[in-house]
Amino acid sequence: MGTGTDTRISDNGRIVTSLDRIRCLSIIAHIDHGKSTLADRLLEMTGAVDPRDMRAQYLDTMDLERERGITIKAQNVRLEWNGYIVNLIDTPGHVDFGYEVSRSLAACEGVVLLVDASQGIEAQTLANCYLAMESDLTIVAALNKIDLPAAEPDKRAQEIERVLGIPAGDVLRISAKTGAGVRELLDAIVDRIPAPKGDPDAPLQALMFDSIYDAYRGVVSSVRVFNGVLRSGARLRYVNAQRDHDAEEIGVRLPVLTPVATLGPGEVGYLIAGIKDVGEAKVGETVTDAARRAEALAGYREPKPMVFCGLYPVEGDEYADLREALERLRLNDSSFTYEPETSGALGFGFRCGFLGLLHMEIVRERLEREYNLSLVASSPNVEYRLQLTDGSTEVVDNPSSMPTPQQIEAIEEPYVRTTILTPTEFVGTLMELSQQRRGEMEKMEYLSEDRVELVYVLPLAEIVLDFFDQMKSRTRGYASLDYEPVGYRRSDLVKVDVLLNATPVDAFSAIVHRDRAYEYGKKMTSKLRQLIPRQLFDVPIQAAIGGRIIARETVKAKRKDVLAKCYGGDISRKRKLLERQKEGKKKMKQIGRVEVPQEAFVAALRLDE
Amino acid sequence: MPFGVPFGVYVHIPFCASRCDYCDFATWTDRDHLIDDYVSACVTDLARRRASGLPIATSVFFGGGTPSLLAAEQLTRILDAIERADGAEVTVECNPDSVDAAKLGAYRRAGVDRLSFGVQSMVPHVLASLGRTHDPANVRRAVDLARDAGFARVSVDLIYGTPGESPDDWQRSLDGALALGVDHVSAYALTVEPATALGRQVAAGAPAPDDDLQADAYLRADTVFAAAGLDWYEISNWARPGEACRHNELYWTGGQYVGIGCAAHGHTGGRRWWNVRTPERYIAAISGDTPAVAGSEVLDPEMRAEENFSLALRMRTGAVAGARSAAVVSELAEQGLLERGRLEGDGERIVLTRRGRLLASDLTARLLLAGAASPDSAPAPGHPPSLALGTIEC
Repeated sequence: MGTGTDTRISDNGRIVTSLDRIRCLSIIAHIDHGKSTLADRLLEMTGAVDPRDMRAQYLDTMDLERERGITIKAQNVRLEWNGYIVNLIDTPGHVDFGYEVSRSLAACEGVVLLVDASQGIEAQTLANCYLAMESDLTIVAALNKIDLPAAEPDKRAQEIERVLGIPAGDVLRISAKTGAGVRELLDAIVDRIPAPKGDPDAPLQALMFDSIYDAYRGVVSSVRVFNGVLRSGARLRYVNAQRDHDAEEIGVRLPVLTPVATLGPGEVGYLIAGIKDVGEAKVGETVTDAARRAEALAGYREPKPMVFCGLYPVEGDEYADLREALERLRLNDSSFTYEPETSGALGFGFRCGFLGLLHMEIVRERLEREYNLSLVASSPNVEYRLQLTDGSTEVVDNPSSMPTPQQIEAIEEPYVRTTILTPTEFVGTLMELSQQRRGEMEKMEYLSEDRVELVYVLPLAEIVLDFFDQMKSRTRGYASLDYEPVGYRRSDLVKVDVLLNATPVDAFSAIVHRDRAYEYGKKMTSKLRQLIPRQLFDVPIQAAIGGRIIARETVKAKRKDVLAKCYGGDISRKRKLLERQKEGKKKMKQIGRVEVPQEAFVAALRLDE
Repeated sequence: MPFGVPFGVYVHIPFCASRCDYCDFATWTDRDHLIDDYVSACVTDLARRRASGLPIATSVFFGGGTPSLLAAEQLTRILDAIERADGAEVTVECNPDSVDAAKLGAYRRAGVDRLSFGVQSMVPHVLASLGRTHDPANVRRAVDLARDAGFARVSVDLIYGTPGESPDDWQRSLDGALALGVDHVSAYALTVEPATALGRQVAAGAPAPDDDLQADAYLRADTVFAAAGLDWYEISNWARPGEACRHNELYWTGGQYVGIGCAAHGHTGGRRWWNVRTPERYIAAISGDTPAVAGSEVLDPEMRAEENFSLALRMRTGAVAGARSAAVVSELAEQGLLERGRLEGDGERIVLTRRGRLLASDLTARLLLAGAASPDSAPAPGHPPSLALGTIEC
């Protein structure tokens, strides 16, 4: 049994790392609480990365991740500390990726809870901690940024004790930036987090907790072995996908990808099996031997889109580019869905489904940035369950496919339990906001004299609409939010259509609560009145529920569009102007008799953002 | 010489005493020292063109700038260099401030038969907003001087829709212009061009002209002029019968003309061309015997047909819309934007109504997209159509 550098590489299938010398853990932290900086320090202090090669946020490879300071894809790295192998599994840092977080946690025996010593614990961190506790993981709590003047480590440690039951005295105090306390943290990880258990002789059971698509190597999956041995070259069975693949290469991230011959119980590494689509190597998959199959590990589920919107190219001729970009992006992210959709207002595009609002923003931003597209999104919505008067049921994720009010018996919409952690001064405004957004309070608890936990059950549609932005602006960014689905509930919902000269404009149809229908109708009609160019005739813009008009504006007929002077020197110029006017007319979207440039629709939708 | 195929000579005089806020023409207020050389260059240009077969002019138009800023003998030197048909129309644009009896007498003797005064408004605060310097009282004096000098044909230019101009202000200008006893008026909506003082003011937040107020002003003008016996013959031009500007009609009927002077445009032999923009470069080109023409374009038959159609549609004589556009023509006729006239060839003659004239650009684009510009949609180049159009009431 080797130690030190000898333990790194398994040799010809012989397990050379003993289980009690392995630790597997994740770091749970809120955005900006210093997780990536801590990861950087760990890489340095364990000698995994030469100081000369060090760069900030080493493990965050995507531009977006570095800019937003969040981790989108789970990375992992194998470190060494005092003769122990420490497998650090990074988790995605946002509420939308709760399932992915749960799979990363399932690959661990413990977590480091990292909390900003001035900010205190945040809602989503708390939610992930609860998740870790439910899975019986050991929590090593650490307060970060103790070097900052605003740090209040005593108060924050008390808070942690109060909400998580971790004795304040056990909470470590570190500065990932300066490195203070990081050695002690590594020691605590080795001391407190239990070693993995597993049987090397049992049939192979390995958990896939991440897959990325690499243009050269295909899908590269991250796996944690629980039982048996994963061998390079072996014929593998992907249990949930019910497909067999060959282990073309397995290895560990040191963090440089380093091939090995075997990975035994407790080991974490990567697996390349000639797969071209991450949809075939999904998070939560169980990998076993094709010849000697084991059961699937518990907890697998298909990620289910919860938020939907239409994505359209601003320039119609970029449709093919958008389709190609979606295809390629999906190789890397199997959790969003898309299908072709045609809109009278926006032309050809795609109806897309996402795990949540941030996921939607990330996908859109990646499409625009990495594929150089200019996109417009229709207003996001959730998925509704309908009972129709004829007794049948229907699921609708697009307002334009909503049946008429007469056909609908009842509508159910998804609700979420929302946990908000906030400084006490914002409690009033957050309660007001939650009530406006149809929230029902479940709980209010003081974490300390200046921080409060609020729990509301409210419709996901409200979160999707503007709850998150409202919360951030009302609390100057100090409140944090986490939510989990709690099923569907019946609501008094109506579909509001926006009509241009009596013709509905599909991109602006929305499903809203009856009490907010007028507000929505008023907002959209007055916005469009300013954006729709004047026509040769008066154009009414109406908002309607079924056949009932609830708001109306009028774009008055255009009265003057003429070049005043047209003499010798003006003729060539006039011809060019007319040419442009003709081209402009050709590009107009025709909504009934009304001609609207796509820019007007794009602007109307952008104003929403 | 007999009156043959219409042919025009446009002479551009790029000098002004001061620059108006809305003006983006090729004009300069600080180049008076160039005037002598410039006049000589125009004369040389004309002499060379005559030597290589310039047709006899049926109309001459001195535009600017301010042609009346030239001394009488400078302007007549240029006019003398143009071979003209008997009865040729010769127009000079004048600033009411820069004319006197002697100058106008000299013009008349040299063959000028038509004056066009830049009046713009008869209301002092509107004139001030436009950056114009003249006193409305000078307009009366200038027109009287013109009559005394023997000019039967006098036109005035007006501008409407200046921010701050009330409907009453505009009515005063209309009444004032008609009280001068003129037989021709051009009235233009104030247009904001970016590279002007006005354009910069608007960009900085000053009020822009309002389309609806301008539309009101246009309708009022059309009503007032018609009641005084001046009927529209082009979107921005009204005249008593027989008093339409023949030179300008050349522009709208695809006619032929040469441009003399800097920034002047010509249309000859199926080619549209234009001279170098500044007076210095024009003088240098002519004295160095290098081409003063800076650029040109030849239109393909489809573009020419569309151009002819869109120009013809500006006139009361209207355009012939090809049969392909019949559906759009019907729709626009139903909306009261155009009148349908007699069938001609493969189409029918259409004329814009008052409301339609205000929307001419939109309607033209719409009709062209519908394929209205059949090759026979315009009168034969160079033959201004008769104003007597019994079948059409506008």
